Amino acid sequence: MANMAQAIRMALHYGESKLGVTDIFGEDVGAPLGGVFTATQGLKTAWNSPLDERGIVSTAIGLGLAGDRCVAEIQFCDYIFNTIDLLKMAGNTLWCSNGQYNMPIVLMTPVGAGIRGSVYHSHSFDAWATRLPGWKVVMPSTPLDAYGLMISAIKDPNPVLFLKPKALMRIKGEELIPGEPLEEKELKAMIDAPIGDRSKWKPRWPAVGEFEIPIGKGKITREGNDITVVTYGRHVLMCNKVADDLATAGISAEVIDLRSLYPYDWSMIRESVRKTGRVLFVNEDTEVTNFGEHLAYRVTQELFYELLARPRVLAGKNLPGIGLHPNLEEASVPHGHDIEVAIQEVMAEVP
Amino acid sequence: MARTVGKAVGKSPGKLPIKASGRSGKKASGKAAGARDRALGLLDKKLVLNMLDLMVKSRALEERLIKVYKTGDAYFWIGAPGEEAFGVPLGLLVDKGHGPAHDFLHLHYRGTPTLVAMGMPMIDSIRLIMNRATDSSTGGRNFANHYCFPKWNVVPVGSPIEVQYSMAVGTAMAQRRRKMKKEKAGVSIVTGGDAGSAEGDFASCMIWSSRPGAELPVYMTVQNNKWGISTNYDSQHGEKHVSDRGKAFGIRTNVVDGNDPIESYFAISQDLEYIRKNTKPVLTEFMVSRLYGHSSASGANRENGECPIERFEKRLVDSKYITTGFVKELWQQYDDESRDAAEKVRAEGVPTAESVWDHIYVGSENADWRKF
Repeated sequence: MANMAQAIRMALHYGESKLGVTDIFGEDVGAPLGGVFTATQGLKTAWNSPLDERGIVSTAIGLGLAGDRCVAEIQFCDYIFNTIDLLKMAGNTLWCSNGQYNMPIVLMTPVGAGIRGSVYHSHSFDAWATRLPGWKVVMPSTPLDAYGLMISAIKDPNPVLFLKPKALMRIKGEELIPGEPLEEKELKAMIDAPIGDRSKWKPRWPAVGEFEIPIGKGKITREGNDITVVTYGRHVLMCNKVADDLATAGISAEVIDLRSLYPYDWSMIRESVRKTGRVLFVNEDTEVTNFGEHLAYRVTQELFYELLARPRVLAGKNLPGIGLHPNLEEASVPHGHDIEVAIQEVMAEVP
Repeated sequence: MARTVGKAVGKSPGKLPIKASGRSGKKASGKAAGARDRALGLLDKKLVLNMLDLMVKSRALEERLIKVYKTGDAYFWIGAPGEEAFGVPLGLLVDKGHGPAHDFLHLHYRGTPTLVAMGMPMIDSIRLIMNRATDSSTGGRNFANHYCFPKWNVVPVGSPIEVQYSMAVGTAMAQRRRKMKKEKAGVSIVTGGDAGSAEGDFASCMIWSSRPGAELPVYMTVQNNKWGISTNYDSQHGEKHVSDRGKAFGIRTNVVDGNDPIESYFAISQDLEYIRKNTKPVLTEFMVSRLYGHSSASGANRENGECPIERFEKRLVDSKYITTGFVKELWQQYDDESRDAAEKVRAEGVPTAESVWDHIYVGSENADWRKF
């Protein structure tokens, strides 16, 4: 099975060969590296940009204004913050132009902790991203979802932020991407660049096919009746494991992988919370004005009288950064034990 | 930049027979004025008179916008009085159309003269400042001079200064791609102020447009009025000219008297010709005036400074191209036209409250989380 980096790479190949993508660019995105996570190796339209995040975003905007289709990358979301005003402009271009200029661009960036990335390779961007009206925001948790969401993002006529959970880039999937060879070794031999001299290397792309994950649609990854856990990105895997563990203790947790942060699948959340009466929102961005707080607010407003317990948000602590030592990192963002404790606390509440 | 004498033509005017390194307001008399008169003769008389006509029209429109603001029919004014001698020639020389085959215009918020020269009716600008639903540029959402005309590749004007320079890299890249395929491709033209050139995006444009082997057809222009709101140029800039910074990147640079429409016309024409031919960037600094302050925030009152229109009128009267009577009639004509347009716009509808949700996503796909 492909890992997430390979899945994104194949989706981008599909984009440049079938969907008219003209430019895949950013820092070290082109040859020889093909991206710091190898997600852009071997792509014919991939090229290296100057080390200039504002230049990357504004060039993407210009390409969008010209009607070309691009996928740009900010190497780590920790370095996207000096582009905030440009992101706002990309998001408001259609609105400010009274519907005359759309902005068909995709901007991808790795997010989150989990790779011992220290202060400036561990930031999250999901809460910031959801404060950029006009953008759609997605974050996959599996290679297949990464493939389908990237194809949907490329096809979308609006700007789409594709948040890559960096800790999952090497995690293999459990479902084949359409056209993906059955053997992992075969896929690796076809599309992974060799170590050393790559000057003569060319990928042999599998005949990957059309597959979309509609933006705005979540997925129930564990069905349950006692509590709803809404999450995305790498925390889907953690929440799934906790749900599996708690099942043996008699707690039936339903896990929702949101996949799209904006627009989000409210009907899926609503129906699940109506069923369980209890809800926990889990993500690793800092906890003050966290996106989960918006969702908790909405649950409170619309489902208050159907709740059996107070909605709760489990997020990263409100710290200036993620410290490098494992003790520091693990104390900063939610892990399995934190999720389990939070679920048990919500379950313990008596209406 | 030294120039040599060329042939008298219309849209391809050849070369201007003067040294075009002057600064605003320094060459209006004596030998230099004589040189200008010779320059005048290099352009078709119809074109010269058309430039005057459009400069007056643009100024009359801007003065109407100021009146609209001062009578309480608009919340804010910002515009271009003093930039006509640069903006009008630019508008006349643009390859006007939609898509990368034509020029893109990444304008700052002083683009009225360029758009008037391109054919924008006065009423469009008045609808914009009066926030009418009929304002095609923004639907009543943005300030005066924040134009948007996709049919002419005029991309949305924003208030953040200088980001237009780095966005032009993207449109120029699309144009270069077509040029490399031997397809028709335009130039990405940028306008902006001297103060804003301190922003990093200005440097981004120079870096990205001069990458070796991937040079871009970007026309970086700076309208240097020597002011950034209330802060003067000399207190913030150690470089003699903003355009000098282009030299470090191997970019062709010029300094032009932007209060002289003839000199501007020749400079712009030659710059665009160079870019179209070589697919390389040019950075040209036009020394201009700012005649009504930064915006209505600073009063929008007439301030000291050379008026490029008065200067041009005098020159044309002296050269017997026109009479003072002709000038008076011209101003009256456009004053009347702008007044009539403003009256018409006053009666037009305003945006509805519900329209705030329009155009967040393409096709007005729902963006309101309450309705997810």
